Amino acid sequence: MTVAAHDDDHVHHPFLQHQFEDLGQQHEASTLGMWMFLSTEILFFGGVLCAYWIYRTIYPEAWAIGAAQQKALWGGINTIVLIVSSLTMALAVRNASLGRKRGIVIMLILTMLFGLTFLAVKGIEYTAHWHEGLFPGSHFTWNEHPDIRDKEQLFMVFYWGLTGLHALHMVIGVGLLVWILWRAMRGHFGPEYYAPVEVMGLYWHFVDIVWIFLFPFLYLIHHHGH
Amino acid sequence: MDTEEHEVPHDVTPVWVYLAVFAVLAAGTIITYLASQVDLGWANTPIALVIATIKAALVILFFMHAIHSSRLTWVVIIASFVWLGVLFVLTFSDYLTRFWAIN
Repeated sequence: MTVAAHDDDHVHHPFLQHQFEDLGQQHEASTLGMWMFLSTEILFFGGVLCAYWIYRTIYPEAWAIGAAQQKALWGGINTIVLIVSSLTMALAVRNASLGRKRGIVIMLILTMLFGLTFLAVKGIEYTAHWHEGLFPGSHFTWNEHPDIRDKEQLFMVFYWGLTGLHALHMVIGVGLLVWILWRAMRGHFGPEYYAPVEVMGLYWHFVDIVWIFLFPFLYLIHHHGH
Repeated sequence: MDTEEHEVPHDVTPVWVYLAVFAVLAAGTIITYLASQVDLGWANTPIALVIATIKAALVILFFMHAIHSSRLTWVVIIASFVWLGVLFVLTFSDYLTRFWAIN
C-alpha cells in the first residue's frame, strides 16, 4: 500500500476510502453498516425462533422430551467456550485500538481456537444424534414414545435447523477471523484504523448472543411446566 | 457540507470491565443450568428467558460497545428489537389465541 496524495493537498491514510472525509467517519459508517446487517440477522433468527415457540405451545410434551434428549453438559460447555471466545474477541478489539499488534494476533488466534472447539463439540453431539436416529427424514428411527414420534421429529427439525444455522455462522466467523488475523499480522491495524477488527467483533458477539438463547431453548427448558 | 473532524473511537474500557462482564455471563450460564434442574412450575421458562436477555444485554452494551456508540447506531439497535417485538407480538396474538374456547 502506498500513501496517496490527492489534489486536496493532504496525505491520506492508506486504508481511508475516498468517499469518507476521515477515518473517524469511515469507522462510524463501518460499525453502523454492521449493525444494519445484524438487525436483519436478528429478524432472521427471530423468525425461526418464533416458529419454534408456536410449535412449542402446540406440542409441549414433544418439546419437553426433545430437549431432554440433549446433553445439557455439552451445551453448557459450549456456552462457556463461546463466552470465553467473546472475551478474547473483545480483548482483540481493545488491543487493536491501543495499537498492540502482538496482543491483537494472540487474542484473534485464541478466539479462533475457541470457535473451533465449539464446532468440534457440536460435531460430537451431531454424530451422537445421528446414531440415535434423531436426524429428521428417512434416518429418523427414534421411537421411544411412538405416539409423539412425528412431533418429536418436528422438534429435531428445529434443533438441527437452529443449531445448523448457528454453526454455519460460526464457520463463516472463523473464516473471517483468518482474514482479519492475516491483516493484523501484516500490521494493518492501529489506533487510527481498526474498524475491521471492531466489525469482526460485532459479528462474533452476535453469534454468541444467538447461542445464549439457543442453549436454554433447546437443552434446558424441559423438566417442568411449559 | 459537514467539515467537522470525526474522531476514531478509542476503546478506553479497562480490562477489568471485560473480565467482570465475562464473570457475570459465566455465572448466568451456571444459574440458568441450576434453575432448570429445579421444579419451579410455570416460572422455569421466564427465569431462563430473563437470564438470557440480561446476558444478551451485557454483551451488546459492553462487548459490542453499544454503550459508547453514536445515537444513530442506537437507533438501529433499538429498531431491530422493536421489529423483533412486532414479529413476536403480532404472530402470537394469532397463534396463542386460536385454541381459546369460544363461549
